Amino acid sequence: MQQFIDTTLSGLAQGMVFAAFALALVLIWRSTRIVNFAQGSMAMATTFVALALIQAGWNYWAALAAALVSGFVLGAVVERVVIRRVEGGPELNAVIVTLGLFVAIQAAVAIIAGSSFQSFPAPFGLRGFTIGGNTIALTPNRVYVIAAVLLTMALLVALFRFTRVGLAMRAAAFGQEVARLLGVRVGRMLTLGWALAAVVGSLAGLLIAGGSFVYPAYMDSLIVFGFVAAVLGGLDSPIGAVVGGLLLGLALSYVSAYFGGSSVVNLAALVILVVVLLVRPGGLFASTVARRA
Amino acid sequence: MSDLQNAGQTIAQPPAGNPATAAAPASTSSRKGRIPLPQSTLLRHLLAVVLCAVAAVVLLESTDPFRNSQLATLTYYAIAAGGLTVLTGLNGQISLGHGALMAVGAYTTGLFLSADEPLPLPVVFLAAIVVTALVGAVVGAAASRLHGPYLAGATLALAVGLPGLALKFKGTLGGEQGLRVRAPRAPEWFGDAIKTLTGNPATATKWLAYVGAIALLVTYFLLANLIRSRIGRTWRAVRDNDVAAELAGIRLGSWRVLAFVVSAACAGLGGAVLAIVVRLAAPSAFTLVLSLALLTAIVLGGLGSLLGALIGSALLVFLPQVTTDLGSAAGLDGTEAAQLAPFVYGVVLVAAMIFAPAGIVGTIRLRWLAQRAKRAVARETGR
Amino acid sequence: MPDTAVAPDATRTSGATLEVRDLTTSYGPVRALDGVSLTAAPGRITAVLGANGAGKTSLLRTVSGLVRASSGTVLLDGADVTRAAVESMVGRGMAHVPEGRGVIAELTVEENLRVGALFRGKVGREEFDRVYDLFPRLVERRDNPAHTLSGGERQMLVIGRALLARPRILLLDEPSLGLAPRIVAQIFGLLRQLVDAEGLSVLLVEQNARSALSVADVGIVLNLGRVVATDDARTLMADEDLRHAYLGF
Repeated sequence: MQQFIDTTLSGLAQGMVFAAFALALVLIWRSTRIVNFAQGSMAMATTFVALALIQAGWNYWAALAAALVSGFVLGAVVERVVIRRVEGGPELNAVIVTLGLFVAIQAAVAIIAGSSFQSFPAPFGLRGFTIGGNTIALTPNRVYVIAAVLLTMALLVALFRFTRVGLAMRAAAFGQEVARLLGVRVGRMLTLGWALAAVVGSLAGLLIAGGSFVYPAYMDSLIVFGFVAAVLGGLDSPIGAVVGGLLLGLALSYVSAYFGGSSVVNLAALVILVVVLLVRPGGLFASTVARRA
Repeated sequence: MSDLQNAGQTIAQPPAGNPATAAAPASTSSRKGRIPLPQSTLLRHLLAVVLCAVAAVVLLESTDPFRNSQLATLTYYAIAAGGLTVLTGLNGQISLGHGALMAVGAYTTGLFLSADEPLPLPVVFLAAIVVTALVGAVVGAAASRLHGPYLAGATLALAVGLPGLALKFKGTLGGEQGLRVRAPRAPEWFGDAIKTLTGNPATATKWLAYVGAIALLVTYFLLANLIRSRIGRTWRAVRDNDVAAELAGIRLGSWRVLAFVVSAACAGLGGAVLAIVVRLAAPSAFTLVLSLALLTAIVLGGLGSLLGALIGSALLVFLPQVTTDLGSAAGLDGTEAAQLAPFVYGVVLVAAMIFAPAGIVGTIRLRWLAQRAKRAVARETGR
Repeated sequence: MPDTAVAPDATRTSGATLEVRDLTTSYGPVRALDGVSLTAAPGRITAVLGANGAGKTSLLRTVSGLVRASSGTVLLDGADVTRAAVESMVGRGMAHVPEGRGVIAELTVEENLRVGALFRGKVGREEFDRVYDLFPRLVERRDNPAHTLSGGERQMLVIGRALLARPRILLLDEPSLGLAPRIVAQIFGLLRQLVDAEGLSVLLVEQNARSALSVADVGIVLNLGRVVATDDARTLMADEDLRHAYLGF
C-alpha cells in the first residue's frame, strides 16, 4: 500500500512536469501547426543558463527568473529568425527545421558547457514528509513543482481568458487571415506565442532538473513524454495536455514500479503513444471543431 | 513555368547512383549528340553498378587502412540513408526511428554471429534484413495512418524507447556495454584475389569495406529499379496526392506499409554492416543523433535521390573529422570538438530547409533544367 | 429589424471614398485583375458583379492588402494605401469581411465581436449592445462558440464585428452565399439602412447579381479580370444583353 501511494505521488509530480511541457507544445501547435521538437533543447539551454548563474553565486530564485527570461527571448528569436520562414509551408519542412534546431542547440550547449553530468540544486528539501512514522514520497520540492505548474497554468488561463493580448493571440492562432483583417498584428502574436511556450517549456526543464543531474541530452526523454502527453490530450487542447501529462506521469510511474523498472519506461511511452494514435488519433479530448482557416 | 514543374517532378526520380542517368529523362531531341545510353532502365542501372564497382575497387585499393575503415562506415550510412530517402523522399513519410531499426539489424547480426558455428555471412545479413523488415512492418502499420509531426513524434518515441530493450534483456543483449560482434574473417580466396589483382595485402578492414561496398551496390541497384518501377510511381502518387491516388483505387495504407518495410530492410542491412565493421552493437551507437544524422544526409543530398543519399552519407563520414580538427585548432578539447559535427548537422538541416529544400542534387538539377529550358526557349525563338 | 437601431450616429465620421486605379494582380502567370479602375463613394453601395473567376474576390483582397498588387494604385480618401500593411487598413477605416463568413470558429460570439474592436483600445459596452440590437439573434448565442452558429447567424456576426471597427468603408465578399433568400433580403435591407443613415461606403462583391443590383446604387461588371461595364444599378438591371452575357439572369 505504501509503495502504491508513493508511486502515485511521484507519478503525479512527474506528470505535472510532463503536463507543463505538453502545454508548451500545444501552445505552439495551436498557433502555428508546428510541433516544436526543439522545445526540449531550448529548455535544456535555459536550465544551463540558470546553472551557470547559480554557480556564479546567484540564488535559486534569481537564477530561475533569469532562465525564464532567457527562455522568452530564445523562443521569440527562434520564431522570428527561423520558424517564420517555414510557417505555412510543407509540414515536413517545419518538422525537419525543428529537429535541426534540436540537434544544433544541444550540440552548442555541449560545446560551451561540456557534456558531463552536473548536479542542479533544488530550492526545497528532497526528504519526504513523515506521516505517522512513515516517510512518504511527497517531498517539499515535489510540492513546489506541483504548485509552480499549477500557478503557471492559472496565469496562462488568465492571460488567454481575460486580457486583450490573450484574445488577440487566440484570434491570431485560430483565424490568421481574419485576425489580420481586423487589425491584429498576427506576426507579433505568433512570436509572443513561441516566447511564452518557451517560458513554460523552460519551467518544465528547470523543475525536472531540481535535485537531479543535468547534461545536454537530459531533456531527450522529456520531449517524447511531452509529445505523448500532448497527443494523449489531442494536441489542440490545453486542458487535454494537462490531463494527458498527469495520466502519462502516473502510467509511467506504475510501469517503472511494477513492470520491469526504469529501462522500459521509454518503451512504455512508445506503446501508449501508438495505442492512442491507432485507437483515438484525435486524442482523448479531441475538439469537434472542423478546422477551416 | 511548365519546365519548372517538370523539374520539380524529376527531383523525385533519382539516378542510379550515376550522374549520367540524370540526363536520361530528357526530351528525345536533347539526346542527340550524346553518348548513347542503353534504352532499358535495368541495363542502364547495371552499367552504373559496374562502373561504381570499379570505382569502389580503385578507391579501396588506393587508400590506406584508415580510409578503408572510413569507407566501410560510409557504406552502412549510405545503405540506411538510401532506405530512408525512399521512405521520406518518395513516399513522403518521415522517420526518426531508422537509428533504432539499424539497431535491430545490428543486434540480430551480433546474435547470429555469436553462435558456435555461425551461418555464412550472406545468410546472417538476410536474417538481419528479414527481422528488421518485420519490425518495420509493425512500425509501418502503425505509421501508415500518421503524417508529418505525428509520424515524427511516434518514430522519435521509437528511437528513444527501443534501446531500452537492450538494457532490459541484459543477459542476451549485453546491457549498456553492448554486444560484442565477432566479425567473420576474410576468406582465403579474397586475400589471393587482392594480392593477384593489386599486390596489396588484404587486411581485415579491407575485407569488411568490400563487404559493405557489395551490400551497398546491391541495395542501391535494387532500390533504383524499384524507384523506376510501377511501385515507385505508386509511392510518388501516394505522396503527391493521396486523395487522387485513393480515388484511383490505390490502397494508401498498404503502400505506405510497403514503403516502410523496404526502408526498414535497408536500415537492417545497414545495421548489420555496422555491426561487423564496428564489431559492437551497443545502445550508445543508436541514439537519436544517429537517426537525425541519417535525416541530415538525405535532406542534404535531396529527398528521394539515391545519389543524394550517398553524397549526404559521405558528408556524415568525412565532415566530423574536419569539424573536429577545426575545433581542436580553435582550442576546444576533444569532447567539445566532437560536438561540432552534430552542431553542423543541425545548422545544415535548418539552413537546407530554408534556403535549398531540394538538397544538393535537387538544387543542381533544378538549375540545370532551368538552364536547359532557357536554351530551348532561346532556340525556339531564334528559329 | 427595428428601425431605431440604425438611427444616425453623430459620433460616426461619414464614409470614405475608395478609388482604384488601373489595378493589376497576378498569381504566378495568371492575371486575376487586369487594369481595374473603379470608385466607391460615401453613402453608396457599389456592387461588383461577375461570374466565378471574374476577379471579384481578388479585387477585394488586393484592395485590403491581403494580396500584393503588381501594379496600379488604391487610394483611400486620396491617400495611397496600395502598399499599406493589411493590419493597418482597419485603422484607416476599411473593414473587409472575407468570403465564406470568416468567423473565428473556436471563439465565442462575444469574443469574435471583441476581436473586431481590439485595435480601437477600450470600447464602451453600448457599442456592443448596439450590434446585439441590430442582430437580436446573436444575443442568445453570445457565449456559444462561433462554430455552432447557422450560416445566417455567422453572416450577422461578421457584419456586426466589422461595424464594431467603426469603418468608413465596408468591403463585403459574397454575403449572400449559401443563405436563404429571406435572410439575404434581411441582410441587404439592413445594409441599405446603414448606408442611408450613416453615409458609409460599401463595396459589395456578389455573384447573386439580381439581389445585389436590387440594393446597390452603382454596379460594376467584371469579366476575366477586366471591367466590362460601370453604370447606375438600375441601368444595368435594364440592360438585357449585358445581363445575359455576364450576369446569368
